[in-house]
Amino acid sequence: MSIDRRKFLGVAAGASALVLAGKASVDALAIGSQPKQGGTLANTRWAMVIDPSKCLKDKGCTACIAACDKVHNIPDFKNPKHAVKWIWKEPFKDAFPGQEDEYTTEQYKDKPFILMCNHCNNPPCVRVCPTQATFRREDGIVMMDWHRCIGCRYCMAACPYGSRSFNWLDPRPHIAHLDTDFPTRTKGVVEKCTFCEERLARGEGPACVEACEAKAMVFGNLDDPDSEVRQLLKARFSIRRNPELGTQPEIYYLV
Amino acid sequence: MRDKGLIFAGLVFFLVLITFPVWYDLAAGTTSKGPDPKLPTAEKDCVAPVEYMRTSHMDLLLSWRDQVVRQDRLTYKAFDGKTYDMRLTGTCLKCHTNKEEFCDRCHAYAGVAPYCWECHIDPALAQRSRG
Repeated sequence: MSIDRRKFLGVAAGASALVLAGKASVDALAIGSQPKQGGTLANTRWAMVIDPSKCLKDKGCTACIAACDKVHNIPDFKNPKHAVKWIWKEPFKDAFPGQEDEYTTEQYKDKPFILMCNHCNNPPCVRVCPTQATFRREDGIVMMDWHRCIGCRYCMAACPYGSRSFNWLDPRPHIAHLDTDFPTRTKGVVEKCTFCEERLARGEGPACVEACEAKAMVFGNLDDPDSEVRQLLKARFSIRRNPELGTQPEIYYLV
Repeated sequence: MRDKGLIFAGLVFFLVLITFPVWYDLAAGTTSKGPDPKLPTAEKDCVAPVEYMRTSHMDLLLSWRDQVVRQDRLTYKAFDGKTYDMRLTGTCLKCHTNKEEFCDRCHAYAGVAPYCWECHIDPALAQRSRG
C-alpha cells in the first residue's frame, strides 16, 4: 500500500477539519449547558455615584439608612461600641482624611457624608480573610459568606474605611422588624454592605438608592459606557475615599 | 464451688447492668417509635425523590448555599424538570410550613442540632413572636 503526498495532505486536512469542528461543537455545548443565571457577571462592574450636594439639602434625612436597616435585619444595639452599620454618616473631615484644607472645605468640614462599603477593586479585606468568607465577585461586589465567617476580625483590621461591623452580641433580640426573607446574623460574625446583591438578583436596585428621595445616589454598571454612572463621572469631577491606599473604591462622590 | 451463689448473682447483676440501656428504652417505649415528621398535604412533589431527601437533604442544602452565595446561581432544576429558587425559607418552608413538626422532629430523634435557624428565620415563629 502506497500513499502519495497529495493524498496524504488531503486526508490530513480532512482529519484536522473534523477535529476542529468537533471541538467547536463541544465548546458550544459546554456554554449552552451552563446558563448564566442572575445576570451576566463578567461584563458588569457595579459602582455607586453619590452627589453630596443633593444629599446635604436635607441634613436630617436618614431614609437610606432606615431602608437598609429594614431589609437586612440590622440590629440596633444602642451601645455605640457594639454598633452594626452597613451605611452611615460621617463628617467630611473624617470621611476624607487628608483631603480637607483650611479654606475650601470649610463649608463641608462638619457636614455629614453618606458612607458604606466601597466594594474596592483591590479589597484588602478579601486578601486577609483566612476562610475566604469574604470574596470579590466577578461583577465587583465584595461579598460575604456569613456561613464561613469565623469572627477573627482580620477584615475589620484590614479595611481602611471602617465598613465592617462585628456582632458582639446575639443580634436577634435587637432587631426592630424582622424581615423573614433575609437572614439575621449570629454572634461572632462580621457583616457589611453587600450592595443589595439579593435585590440585584431579583432585578431591583439597592434599597438605599430606591429610598433616597433627593436622588443623591446613583447605582450602575461601570462597564457599560452608556450607564448613568459613567455619564455622571464623565461630566463631573469626583473624589473617592483614601485613593492613595490603592484599594480602588467603587463609590464616587461628585464635587 | 463454694461461692456459686455469689458468682452467679454477680454475673446476673453484671448482665443487667450492661444491658441497662436496652431495658430502659423498652420500658420508656421509645425504641419502636420513629421520629414521625409531618409531611405537607397540599404539595406532593419535592425538589428530589423522597429517598434522596431523607438521606441527603443536608448535602443538597449545602450545595444550594454555595451556589447562591458564592456562584450567583439562583435556580435549581429538579429531577422532574421543574425549576425552583434555591432558598431555605422561600422554597423549603413554603411547603413544609411547620418547622417544628417537620425539621425539628427528625433532628431531635437523630440527635443532631443544625444551626441553620440561628440566622435563617422560620416565618411562622417570627409571626408568633410578633403576636
